[in-house]
Amino acid sequence: MRLLTHNMLSSNIKGVANGFPLLIEVEKVIEKQVDFNPDFLKNIFPKIEWQALVQASRSMGYSELPEESPESSMLDSDDFLMKFHHVLLELHLEEGALVCPETGRKFPVNKGIPNMLLHEDEV
Amino acid sequence: MANRPELIAPPEIFYDDTEARKYTSSSRIIDIQAKLSERALELLALPDDGVPRLLLDIGCGSGLSGETLSENGHQWIGLDISQSMLNIALEREVEGDLLLGDMGQGLGLRPGVVDGAISISAVQWLCNADKASHEPRLRLKAFFGSLYRCLARGARAVFQIYPESVAQRELILGAAMRAGFAGGVVVDYPHSSKSRKEFLVLTCGPPSISSEAPKGKVGDMESCSDDESSGDEENRTVCISDRHRPRKKQKITNKGKGREWVLKKKEQMRRKGCAVPPDTKYTARKRKARF
Ligand SMILES: C[S@@+](CC[C@H](N)C(=O)[O-])C[C@H]1O[C@@H](n2cnc3c(N)ncnc32)[C@H](O)[C@@H]1O
Repeated sequence: MRLLTHNMLSSNIKGVANGFPLLIEVEKVIEKQVDFNPDFLKNIFPKIEWQALVQASRSMGYSELPEESPESSMLDSDDFLMKFHHVLLELHLEEGALVCPETGRKFPVNKGIPNMLLHEDEV
Repeated sequence: MANRPELIAPPEIFYDDTEARKYTSSSRIIDIQAKLSERALELLALPDDGVPRLLLDIGCGSGLSGETLSENGHQWIGLDISQSMLNIALEREVEGDLLLGDMGQGLGLRPGVVDGAISISAVQWLCNADKASHEPRLRLKAFFGSLYRCLARGARAVFQIYPESVAQRELILGAAMRAGFAGGVVVDYPHSSKSRKEFLVLTCGPPSISSEAPKGKVGDMESCSDDESSGDEENRTVCISDRHRPRKKQKITNKGKGREWVLKKKEQMRRKGCAVPPDTKYTARKRKARF
């Protein structure tokens, strides 16, 4: 699972008011190279929750994203776009867990696939 | 279709390791799914600007449909309930991210973030009740409600489906309309029994001229207007297909409608906002035969 997906995912447990962002417990991170596409990055940028992305990238061991939500003018900077690209599309949580911020319920991640199946009493 | 997989077993059981591999090594299936996905992507009518979008593939299976999205440059997130199908997707090194999840439990995604969704040959599975706790109407509602929320305004969702009957198509379409979607059914090759294909084309947001389903028949809206509160038992079961379980199992599940069953039904009606008398020790007690 990439941080792009993490940035969209929220805990879906019944009764949870704010299930975003899911905390990341890391056992193993891998990197896979993806073609750089600035158009995609510019298009997705306004939909990204910046704080959550920064936090997530740190828990994955990457600390080069600016803390503050960048101005959209940053999208003209190749240096910024490359970092954004790397964090969003190239870092994978391979093994670990996603943790619901409200209930502490863990969604295990195996072979890069988060198990988001809910128990019957969570639906 | 004589052997509808939905009627054989729940999806996470039907698509086991063997079936998942069989499914994905048939060149005929690969070819059909690719064509269906191409058509679904076309019906999504994304802006023709070459910008890759973030799409969902619901019931993504082993990634046959998702591969079409990747080939067209898009990023995607796939959801499937079968670990075996997802394992094959990993083997095939699909480019999308995969989630193990049940669409009938609703999608856990932030509002407004997704640019479009496709689902190829999967949503009809929601019409079956695979567990005692499964209520197809509620599962369809959870699914379409959550899909509506996570799509960007004006975004589309295209479902290629194999409905078992007219009632089943209406059950699905009705749930989509109640969630706020506009749109209808597009039928390709309506006169050929072999190549006839059905797509539900839904648009997120208030109905407008452009949200009407593209060429092809538009669904009969009248049949979709029955409201929530009319969910009485008879009405409901008509649309839900009965899986043909082996005799033995049927016996177990058919054991009388006891107090528990009544309490569950009452709770369901309460959740729908109907006035239901409180549960007491008299609820569903055995009554003496009179006269
Ligand atoms: C016929 S396969 C299609 C797979 C893929 N879309 C393709 O075109 O090859 C149907 C898929 O739907 C999945 N499915 C069925 N019910 C589901 C549910 N409730 N939630 C998520 N996936 C489901 C099954 O596991 C199966 O992988």
